[in-house]
Amino acid sequence: MTVDLILFLILALVSVSTALGMLLSRNTVYSALFLVLNFVTVAVFYLLLGAPFIAMAQVTVYAGAIMVLFLFVIMLLGTEVLPASNILPWQKPLAGGLAAVLAVEAIYLLLVRARSVAQVTSPDVAINSMDNLREMGKVLFSTYLLPFEVTSILLLVAMVGAIVLTKKEKA
Amino acid sequence: MVPVNYYIILSAILFTIGAVGVLIRRNPLVIFMSVELMLNAANLAMVAFSSVYKSFSGQIFVFFVIAVAAAEVAVGLALIVEIFKTKHNINVDEMNSLKG
Amino acid sequence: MLLSEQTYSGFLFLAPWLVFAPVVGLLVNIIFGGRLSEKAIGWLASAASGASFVVSVLLAMTVAGNHGEVLRWRLAEWMSVGSLTIDWTFRVDSLSTTMMLVVSGVGTLIHIYAIGYMHEDVRFKNDVGRFRRFFVFLNLFIAMMMILVSGDSYMMLFVGWEGVGLCSFLLIGFWYEMDTLARPSWANSNAAKKAFITNRVGDFGFLIAGFLMFWYLGSFQFDSVFEAAKAAPPGIIVAITLFMLVGVAGKSAQIPLYVWLPDAMAGPTPVSALIHAATMVTAGVYLITRSAPLYTLVPQAQYIVAMTGAVTALFAATIAVGQYDIKKVLAYSTISQLGFMVAAVGMGAFVAGMFHLVTHAFFKALLFLSAGSVILGLERGHHHLAHHEHKKESDDSRRRRSRETLRQAQDSASDSKDHHEEVFDPGDMRNMGGLRKTMPVTFWLYIIGTLALAGIFPFAGFWSKDEILADAFTEGFGAVYWLLTIAAFFTAFYMGRQIWMVFFGEARHEAAAHAEESKPIITVPLMVLALLSVVGGALNLPGLHTLTEWLEHTIEVHAGEFVMSVALISTGLALLAIFISWLLYGRNPLKAGQPDPLKKPLGFIFTGMENKWFVDEAYWAVFVDRYVDISRFLADVIDWRFWHDWFHDKVIAGTYNWLSNIALNDYADQRGIDAFANALGKWTQSLSAAMRKVQNGFVRSYALSVLLGVVLILGYLLLK
Repeated sequence: MTVDLILFLILALVSVSTALGMLLSRNTVYSALFLVLNFVTVAVFYLLLGAPFIAMAQVTVYAGAIMVLFLFVIMLLGTEVLPASNILPWQKPLAGGLAAVLAVEAIYLLLVRARSVAQVTSPDVAINSMDNLREMGKVLFSTYLLPFEVTSILLLVAMVGAIVLTKKEKA
Repeated sequence: MVPVNYYIILSAILFTIGAVGVLIRRNPLVIFMSVELMLNAANLAMVAFSSVYKSFSGQIFVFFVIAVAAAEVAVGLALIVEIFKTKHNINVDEMNSLKG
Repeated sequence: MLLSEQTYSGFLFLAPWLVFAPVVGLLVNIIFGGRLSEKAIGWLASAASGASFVVSVLLAMTVAGNHGEVLRWRLAEWMSVGSLTIDWTFRVDSLSTTMMLVVSGVGTLIHIYAIGYMHEDVRFKNDVGRFRRFFVFLNLFIAMMMILVSGDSYMMLFVGWEGVGLCSFLLIGFWYEMDTLARPSWANSNAAKKAFITNRVGDFGFLIAGFLMFWYLGSFQFDSVFEAAKAAPPGIIVAITLFMLVGVAGKSAQIPLYVWLPDAMAGPTPVSALIHAATMVTAGVYLITRSAPLYTLVPQAQYIVAMTGAVTALFAATIAVGQYDIKKVLAYSTISQLGFMVAAVGMGAFVAGMFHLVTHAFFKALLFLSAGSVILGLERGHHHLAHHEHKKESDDSRRRRSRETLRQAQDSASDSKDHHEEVFDPGDMRNMGGLRKTMPVTFWLYIIGTLALAGIFPFAGFWSKDEILADAFTEGFGAVYWLLTIAAFFTAFYMGRQIWMVFFGEARHEAAAHAEESKPIITVPLMVLALLSVVGGALNLPGLHTLTEWLEHTIEVHAGEFVMSVALISTGLALLAIFISWLLYGRNPLKAGQPDPLKKPLGFIFTGMENKWFVDEAYWAVFVDRYVDISRFLADVIDWRFWHDWFHDKVIAGTYNWLSNIALNDYADQRGIDAFANALGKWTQSLSAAMRKVQNGFVRSYALSVLLGVVLILGYLLLK
């Protein structure tokens, strides 16, 4: 058991339990907070995997911006807790069963496909994190320049769309 | 040194939890959060493979996913707010006016 | 004008712009013309035509720099079928550049003239919007004419040939919903249709010639056709050349297909000048000149061509004597002069024919355009009067109702002839007189044109007509020579008659008394043409033979001799004719309402001239009425009684009904077919009723189905 592995197991436990916490909380605000915690742990995984830039993006965009937006909306609408209803009685058991099958299938498939790399371990990241960032920037702005620009337009469209949707209509 | 398999298994578990969340919760906000969780699980798998194959493509793809997710959340939340304004309710089990 | 050796192919690369310049002009006018002023539209079109002229000049210089060698510029392959390949190739040689210079040069002058003419014409006829359309058509005509003269094969020539025919049709029928006096009627449209259909008859001949050419000579390209023709049986060449003559008779208005040209005067005057005098109608002459190597192989065919031309020249000249419409006289004169040219090229005097073509383009364009100026002058005078007297039911209001009442007018056409409305005809020479005082510029220009046409020394027409006559005389075409000489006598006579009637004496109508001179935009192009009509003879003076030397690079020519006796006879006859016309029309000017002084002494002969020897009526009786009879027979008996009443109603419908009664009785229909169709419908209905329950509207159920699908697909991948 290396230190890395111990760290990984602890973090994995945290992330799974926060995910379950999000799933099971009655109160939506708690769900959101659990999810924030989950995102942060995933960011740490990114660091461990040698992707510091993605980790930072994860924290700022997901854990920061997006989740704050969620909390805003939850509190704006005042729908922290919904009244109980039982319209689709078969939904929960069916969903649970199918999800279990899905998990088994997914893990099995990923491992089969990844068998050739199964023994590969994650690289030592601490040494070359700056190089990593520089190289990634080069790739992003050469090979992936067009998708990058398209993404900026997509964000603009989303922004305009959100404003138009929530704007008060003039009589 | 953590084997990449572990990350893959963790990613699959998180993805499944997200899927269950979409299916069993009635609050669209939580459904939305579950979708985000599924995206995260997929991102985790991609970053893991990216580090295995020593290629930036996976990471860059994740970068785009994050950007698209941000756009999606902005529009999605705007839609939820709008639905709440017209129906004064956001329970997805009561939105079945498209019934056949 | 020798260019240095470096510029060997010179300006050849510009050749496509002969066609593209006017096309660009017309496209710009189509697309943006709506926003441009009349001046801009007109000058743009003129510039497009002028650009074509500039290209022609540069190409002529290039040909001169190459010592007359034939140059080609291949633009594109048009089609390739089996062994036949037709290219769009521009042929630049001395003959084609001569035609290009005439077409674009005279064309540009007429464009400029038309700016002034159409400005007034569209206002007299109350449809200002058609100004632009006119110039679009005019540019299209220049483009098509350029395709015609620059083509390197009979096929490309035919494309242009048909193209100019189309433009002719469009422009004759320019005021399609009225007649020449702007009364609502289909007269102008009918004139356009007549021109088009008569030309179809000629084109049929051209096409047959083309088919024969392809079948026996294996090509359409000029040089390969001429090469192959040397080895071909003479019978084939005779057939080809004579069928080609049919085409020429259609396009160049020769007997028996000339009847469309007088009616074509329904078009605006610039059109009459450009298309129906100077350029398009000479295409036939160009075709024969171009085909010179074919015609020289078969003297029999040449003789027929020469006789056709000579007879046409005299025949049309006699009709011109009896006409009252200023443009009709010129129209018959054009037919007659085209007869001169066809006779010349038929005799093998190709240079003389081309020479007369060029000079005729100058002085006939001048005459037509001056006639247009006269007509406008009278229109102005008439307008002036109408304005002053505040006439009730003025021309304007009558014209305004034109389109609405066109059909009713058409229906009651037979009645309207009886109660004959008094309409002023600005083209009728009986309404004119004394115009030399009111329109002095036009008068002098007209005099120059007349002297050139009558063949008076030293005007252009003298030299060219004399060369034709001299060639006929020296080459032993006696009959042709005498026919043409008599035609020349009539030419001088009818032109003299026209001058005395139009410009001398006293005004026979109020409008003529108040006629106004035209603006410089109309008279300046006329002055240029007048100058060319005076000095045009210098192109091929006896002894110098400039044109002969120029054309000998392209076609086999021989320098015509100058025969003093011929020149003296023809000039003497012309002067005599003018003197006789003075005796009849000049000494005692016509009074208003007085009949023509020739009517009495000549009697029924003059009636014949007046009525164009009843050729139209004869054609009508022989061809059109028979055609109508056959159509009636086909429509009534064959189509209606046989096909409709008997075959369709009795045979097909009867059999079908009988079959239906047997096979489709109630039992088979209701129990079999209906039941099946109904069951199908009910089954679909119940299936959909069951299926619609799936669509419960709950988004979570849908998501569950998606998950189910994912699980199944993953399971399939696992177990595969």
